Amino acid sequence: MSERLLEIHDLEVIYKTGLETVYAVNKINLSLDKGKTLGLVGETGAGKTTTALAILALLPERTAHVKGEIIFDGQDLLKLKEYELREIRGEKISMIFQDPMTSLNPILTVGSQISEALMLHNDQNRSKEEIEARVEEVLEMVGIPAFRKKDYPHQFSGGMKQRVVIAIALACEPELLIADEPTTALDVTIQAQVLAMMNELRERLQTSMIMITHDLGIVAQTCDDVAVMYAGEIIEYGTAIDVFTGDKHHPYTVGLFGSIPNLEVDSPRLSPIEGLMPDPTDLPQGCKFSPRCPKCMDICREVPPTDYVEGGHRICCHLFNKEGTK
Amino acid sequence: MSNAAAAKTQSRKKSKKNSQLKEVWRRFRKNKSAMVGLVILVIFALAAIFADLIVPYERAIEQNGSVRLQGPSSEHWFGTDAFGRDTFARIIHGSRVSLSIGFAAVGISLIIGGFLGAAAGYYGGRTDNIIMRIMDVFTCVPGILLALAIVAALGSSMTNLLIAITIANIPGFVRLVRSSILTVVENDFIEAARSYGAKDFRIIVKYILPNAMGPIIVQATMGIAGMILSASGLSYMGMGIQPPRPEWGAMLSEAKDYMRTAPYLLLFPGFAILISALCFNLVGDGLRDALDPKLKD
Repeated sequence: MSERLLEIHDLEVIYKTGLETVYAVNKINLSLDKGKTLGLVGETGAGKTTTALAILALLPERTAHVKGEIIFDGQDLLKLKEYELREIRGEKISMIFQDPMTSLNPILTVGSQISEALMLHNDQNRSKEEIEARVEEVLEMVGIPAFRKKDYPHQFSGGMKQRVVIAIALACEPELLIADEPTTALDVTIQAQVLAMMNELRERLQTSMIMITHDLGIVAQTCDDVAVMYAGEIIEYGTAIDVFTGDKHHPYTVGLFGSIPNLEVDSPRLSPIEGLMPDPTDLPQGCKFSPRCPKCMDICREVPPTDYVEGGHRICCHLFNKEGTK
Repeated sequence: MSNAAAAKTQSRKKSKKNSQLKEVWRRFRKNKSAMVGLVILVIFALAAIFADLIVPYERAIEQNGSVRLQGPSSEHWFGTDAFGRDTFARIIHGSRVSLSIGFAAVGISLIIGGFLGAAAGYYGGRTDNIIMRIMDVFTCVPGILLALAIVAALGSSMTNLLIAITIANIPGFVRLVRSSILTVVENDFIEAARSYGAKDFRIIVKYILPNAMGPIIVQATMGIAGMILSASGLSYMGMGIQPPRPEWGAMLSEAKDYMRTAPYLLLFPGFAILISALCFNLVGDGLRDALDPKLKD
């Protein structure tokens, strides 16, 4: 059947500074098959971007302590040396950054920025002409006329810049594409265009993708699997169908869906999840969500919950474990 | 076959580089004041290179008691000094020393200071701490005193003068480059470059330094004037260029004894320093604008 491309076991990221210790990612497990898309959903500060950067080993070495295993194509990325990682970055795994406004170098033409990755990973020994041709091809692919490769980033609009960023990420035809909120900085119409384009490209190139977002609509449109993150943990994991239509959910997921405004029901107020994400320097003892959970029980405050598994659907909550043991 | 292909890519590479230079040059040419500065600097440089053809060196060092302290005349265009030496000849020949010291000292301290500053700003942490604390030690000692001590220790010659001035000026450049790099390093495109698999050196040279170039170019061009002046200060104290070899700063300090009776002696070397410093600044400004693609057209 489908092959495993990426497997993450017990990944833990702790930021240690002189003043405090931040538990950004706490023992998460993930896996991704070839050609599939995984959605990573959660509030701001849930550890989504940290997870993505950990996969590329781009976290600041001095402060970030990474533990666990990230197995990509049979290799543990955390055990690789810097020069081995450089071989993988950009060629096998590439990343689309959150903010297209700042992720392009203002003093290089977009063409030369796209060719950068191609030149750095020039295994087929392409000539200058072939690289240029490839740059034009990639630009056309993301819907930018090839003659604009000589323009500088400030001559493009936000949506066009995001396309350029995507073109850079796709130039080497990576096996894994990490898209870190690729559409957050864009307006809705451009958002739809960019997503449609990414979907199309993914189908054409058979790239696996990790889509980091806090927009559940995007997840529904693009993802095969969904992982909901909260305070550095994956609290619910399953196929998109499980998470969107399944009858059992983590209370946080329920809250997340509940906070989407519904047009059909005339409600005077929005219904947010009460409270804030716990301080990652001082996480609660039991379930991380217990202080905000509407269904909180005594056990939740003391004992961290374990996964309740139903097929491929994992929910990390005491609520179901209790029912399961009944 | 493959050779021909390689040669072809080589030539293409070259033509691309050329066209980029051409583009910068086209933008630079539009800036009138920078062009004026450049033209004057070229004239100065040509005068320095062909000094012997313009005025023989003997006229700059030959002492002649019968024509001392004369005002400008058709015989001596800029007059003569207290030893009867021709000021015009001394300025022309002095430009060799002054301009080359200015250029070389800025160039060397920019390269060394640039790399140290870049390393400090990019790597941060311990590297940063070590480099910056060493620079702090250097800045504790007044620049001129440090240069004086170095020349005194090494002996006075033009090379040692150059070394002294360069070392005294490195900390300023390190500080400047480090601070401009710190503002660039925060940008996402640096992280993006790492995510394509670029090496640190490549990131510093291709992504960080060009983006931090503006203030560095301005500082460097202004630095040239400062270097000329500190070289002349050292010459005045007998630690730099040895008399009778002409040098602008040394001429200036010799002339100040005759400020009341023969002010023109002060005027000409002063103007030479002023004009060259001004022109360097104009060119630096123009260069910064021309290199910035955002100000294109």
